[in-house]
Amino acid sequence: MPRVSFEHIVKKFGEVMVLNSLNLAVDDGDFLVLLGPSGCGKTTLLNLLAGLSDVTSGRIMIGNRDVTELDPKDRRLAMVFQSYALYPTKTVRGNLRFGLSASKLPQEEIEKRIAWAADMLQIGPLMDRRPAQLSGGQRQRVAIGRALVKHADVLLFDEPLSNLDAKLRTEMRMEIKKLHEELNPTVVYVTHDQIEAMTMATRIAIMNGGKIEQFGTPDDVYERPANLFVAGFIGSPSMNLLPATVEPGGQARLADGSPLDMSAYAFGAVPPPGTALMAGLRPEHFALAGPAEAACRFTLKVRHIERTGSDVMLALAFGEATLTVRAAPADAGHLRTGDPVSVQFPKDRLNLFDAGSGRRI
Amino acid sequence: MTETSSPPAGTVMFPRPKKRIRGRSIAILVFLTMAALFFCIPLYVLVTTSFKTMDQIREGAIFSLPEVWTFEAWRYAWDEACSGITCEGLKRGFVNSLEILFPSLIASIAISAVTGYALALWSVRWAGGFLFLLFLCAFVPFQIIMYPLIVITVNMGIYGSIWAVAFIHTVLAMPVLTLIFRNYYKDIPPDIIKAAVMDNGSFWRIFIEIILPMSGNILIVVLIMQITSIWNDYLIGVTFGGLGAQPMTVNLANMVTVTTGTVSYNVNMAAALQTAIPPLVIYFVLGKFFVEGIAAGAVKG
Repeated sequence: MPRVSFEHIVKKFGEVMVLNSLNLAVDDGDFLVLLGPSGCGKTTLLNLLAGLSDVTSGRIMIGNRDVTELDPKDRRLAMVFQSYALYPTKTVRGNLRFGLSASKLPQEEIEKRIAWAADMLQIGPLMDRRPAQLSGGQRQRVAIGRALVKHADVLLFDEPLSNLDAKLRTEMRMEIKKLHEELNPTVVYVTHDQIEAMTMATRIAIMNGGKIEQFGTPDDVYERPANLFVAGFIGSPSMNLLPATVEPGGQARLADGSPLDMSAYAFGAVPPPGTALMAGLRPEHFALAGPAEAACRFTLKVRHIERTGSDVMLALAFGEATLTVRAAPADAGHLRTGDPVSVQFPKDRLNLFDAGSGRRI
Repeated sequence: MTETSSPPAGTVMFPRPKKRIRGRSIAILVFLTMAALFFCIPLYVLVTTSFKTMDQIREGAIFSLPEVWTFEAWRYAWDEACSGITCEGLKRGFVNSLEILFPSLIASIAISAVTGYALALWSVRWAGGFLFLLFLCAFVPFQIIMYPLIVITVNMGIYGSIWAVAFIHTVLAMPVLTLIFRNYYKDIPPDIIKAAVMDNGSFWRIFIEIILPMSGNILIVVLIMQITSIWNDYLIGVTFGGLGAQPMTVNLANMVTVTTGTVSYNVNMAAALQTAIPPLVIYFVLGKFFVEGIAAGAVKG
């Protein structure tokens, strides 16, 4: 039985439809990440689950309880906010204690849980400080502690790491992941950061314009994006999308006339010749000199080079468009703007989409 | 410049031009001095006269210091001076003013803080319209609704008592205070209230445990505002107080204006000072907390 399920959720703000008949179910112990660009409805969906706003229609289930009409405090959820939302006049201990204030637990149990959370998150020495006396990372720990002490059925995170600096963000990411592995709670986590999503999630729901574009494991959404939106959204730098036309014999022709070998592609249904395609080529799958089993090969001029230290990003002139290729510094270190370079793309890494519907074929 | 003040070798110096007194700053100083004198001279006369004997006052030198410092006028004003037909001094009015102050202070601040909290942080139906109404009410002059208010208090059976005065103070302060609290609470980060709603969910518990401790600054501001305006009020006191429940200001006015025989300037001035001192004390005591409250930045999340 799923732990959390959204059934035919509709949410309107006035006349504006934000979520239209959305369905989603998460299993017990899953780490679900709601990922999408700003305004895609992911935070709205989280707020609906938390009970901070009401659904226009539809049903939300947690376990076998229908929580749609319940007050937030009765839903047995705990939430970590982007701004931490610690109570500024309470000490760390007071913050954790207030999290349990509605639960009517015996004093002894409350103390035990606070000590447990403090130990788990290593905030013991901070217990008598106020939020203003804590650093950003410490505040975030306290916020997580306040959620953990409740032993809630589901933990909600609303972009919890976006206020931290890059190094701290990586540390906290690992720590949240570790907590999830140790305690194995069901988590619903909202973010617009795909690295966070890919590293922490066991399931990702990619949202756009109030719809779920794809729901699957991180590997699924990366290896087999369901449509053009997911293909373009996941991966950094994003996937090269080149128009092509299907030809007989498992071949296709790209816009510049070069052939595309589709013989190794696992088609759902083989498209008839003449169908307009979009071929998705990830920059990191290109090779400068590599196997002969190539789906396509180009010799193109370098338009622009970006060195990040560990990689070199080549922007190649593909007609008017730009083809982005990631290469190792050893192979591409000598290249300058304007140099011609040969690249090839392996057959088995191809992604193909119907140009009309945008769906994977 | 570098030639005249040759610095030791190896150090780089950027000498700053000396600040000079300009014509503009002189003008400002003169203006400020005059403004200060404007307030200080009457105050000086008030204080010195209240310590003089009537014999010295009759000589007419109003700027001279008292020849004999005497508290007689202060004692007389407090204990014996007549206002109207009663001759009990100001102490009666002082007690009345305190009895009016405390209930109206507690009621007006408590009710408007809770209303402001509800309007700012909970989704209240028609909140926008209600706020606009409050805004309008804040600008209705008291004189316009005075007569209906008298009828209301008469019907409530409290007209002419302390409670009528306190009730009217409470009611009249409510619109402005509610707007002040609402605007203050509106700036509390919404995530804090969301977290509190998920953690506890009780309207009163959140108010008392989370919101009230964050309201230190605004409470001090409102407290100073209310104490001063309630203590200094004359019109409400004279209209609703009747004979037995007149606040100190009404008492003072009667004492100063309705006097038969010679005018006792020293008693009048002592009485005026006695009436003015309580709000001053509040300024000094609470003003300190006010500044501390701002410095502590209590609301920073």
